[in-house]
Amino acid sequence: MNSAEKVHPPGNGGFWNDTGKTGITAWIFSTDHKRIGLLYFYSVLTFFLIAVVLGVLLRIELMAPGRTIMGPQTYNAVFTVHGVLMVFLFIIPGFQGSFGNLVMPIQIGARDVAFPRLNLFSWWLYMAGAAVIITSLFTGGGPPDTGWTFYVPFSERTGTNVSLAVFGVFIVGFSSIITGLNFVTTIHRLRAEGMTWGKLPLFVWSLYATAWVQILATPILGITLALIIAERFLGTGLFDPARGGDPLMYQHLFWIYSHPAVYIMILPGMGVISEIIPAFARKPIFGYKMIAFSSIAIAAAGSLVWGHHMFTSGMSDTAILVFSFLTFVVAIPSAIKVFNWVSTLYRGSISLEAPMLFALAFILLFSIGGLTGLILGAAATDIHVHDTQFVVGHFHYVIFGGAVFAFFGAMHYWLPKFYGRRYAEKPAVVAWVLMFVGFNITYFTMMVLGMKGMPRRYYDYLPEFAPLNLVSTIGSWILVSGLILMLVNLFRGLFKGEPIDRNPWGAATLEWTIPTPPPTENFEEEPVVTHGPYDFKKAGIT
Amino acid sequence: MTTGTSEQHIVSYGKLTAIWLALLALTALTVWVARHNVGIGHVWGSLAIAVIKGGLVIAFFMHMKYEGRLLRWLLFFALSVLAIFIGLTFFDVLYR
Repeated sequence: MNSAEKVHPPGNGGFWNDTGKTGITAWIFSTDHKRIGLLYFYSVLTFFLIAVVLGVLLRIELMAPGRTIMGPQTYNAVFTVHGVLMVFLFIIPGFQGSFGNLVMPIQIGARDVAFPRLNLFSWWLYMAGAAVIITSLFTGGGPPDTGWTFYVPFSERTGTNVSLAVFGVFIVGFSSIITGLNFVTTIHRLRAEGMTWGKLPLFVWSLYATAWVQILATPILGITLALIIAERFLGTGLFDPARGGDPLMYQHLFWIYSHPAVYIMILPGMGVISEIIPAFARKPIFGYKMIAFSSIAIAAAGSLVWGHHMFTSGMSDTAILVFSFLTFVVAIPSAIKVFNWVSTLYRGSISLEAPMLFALAFILLFSIGGLTGLILGAAATDIHVHDTQFVVGHFHYVIFGGAVFAFFGAMHYWLPKFYGRRYAEKPAVVAWVLMFVGFNITYFTMMVLGMKGMPRRYYDYLPEFAPLNLVSTIGSWILVSGLILMLVNLFRGLFKGEPIDRNPWGAATLEWTIPTPPPTENFEEEPVVTHGPYDFKKAGIT
Repeated sequence: MTTGTSEQHIVSYGKLTAIWLALLALTALTVWVARHNVGIGHVWGSLAIAVIKGGLVIAFFMHMKYEGRLLRWLLFFALSVLAIFIGLTFFDVLYR
């Protein structure tokens, strides 16, 4: 630990009270990357919690065969809104908007991002898009019932309010592109003296790779969603075979964005894990260059594999072969990361505190998610489990067990730095245990149900699937109880917990060298970087 | 890192009009290709025309012809990614 210095309470110290404005205007008109980071954090967390409630309702409906608490139309709407909120309003903007904004400029030794006003504009766009999406639920024909993928021809014909919902997602997409542009420019142009590419923290590398995917892939989503609106209002026939259109073309366009979007969700999470593991194993990360390179490789290769979502759609056999092969290629850089994290742990001085527990859970759950992904990436096996509960289980292992557990790890790792206070350790560990156990009961059971043939996106099922569905629903209750305990403990700690000094974890990246909470301009003097981000010896950390 | 020249470049009205006419002619050609049954050549022809039209707009209307090397490379990179996306899609369209 470094110096024990006086710590200000939240709202009274560092960037918290360093503004001419007061009240909410000090936040919603601020161009400080830390304030924008917190704006994003609380926004995405709100949508996450709403989507969690919807997810629990889905599980309650599936607790027993037949109608339990909702009918088929409501069920279709609830799983659609659950997916739209989780994907477009929580996990895609989540890491970049919140922890990317909070931490990245400090980690590279900058005072702010390259375009602070554009940064604030991206949050406003995000909120505007979110408002449009929420409005779509209560206007027109009611909440969309297409699933978050908005597949044609159903999305063209349904009487629900698909047009407004996709317009909202369209706006949120612009926010994502702007954040990507801002981050690429910031990382290229605003690095401190001595902060070479070989000394960039791995979280920054992961944000950099993600930002390129946001810039290059998101416009395709925008165009695709605009085409749905054109189809609904103008009847252009682009996806209608009767008029020379091609329904599969929609699926291509949608997944050209939406598969790389999975890497927008998971790559920053991998960056978080690459920060937490060396700090809590007190050991330089194993294979720094390969982890950095694998972020770029995942972003590049992951952009070429979208066709594996379409193996049963009627796509050509040649395309199935090509996309199946490319899918296996992505496994290589993902495995590089996992092996390097495990190698970092080997003979490390491991401290099992909350952030590390989330990181370890990430490695296991993401590995299960990745390996079950190969079952879906291989055309022969995919045909058997396509559109079953297996896919739901696999996806949640990657995105919840992977990205969201990393998000929770980041909350425990970095939020105390910005609040100057920390949570209680014991309840954090209990919450982690509950979530880990509840998660596996909920989603592993889904994969078993999928292998047995239970399709996804139906509110009812055959009686033979009843026992495992009950188990999965009970698992979701354990998971949510852990989540509630985690949030109560975390936020109680941030506002009333024990004060911390500038480097509570003994990490070696730049954000831990500045006061807690960080001052508005981050650094009193421009830092000169002389050692790598995980070089504990040269950083003077024992 | 340099972004190259930053001075303003003024394109003459004559040149802009010529580009506009070329775009109109290429649009007419697209319609002609679409109305004649030339098999898969219809797709390649339409794509080739679209590339030429996009190139003209980017080079002259968006002034990329007068920009520095870095911006040109960035644009080339983005267009290459787009070409790869379209190319991979054709593994489906051509062999279905």
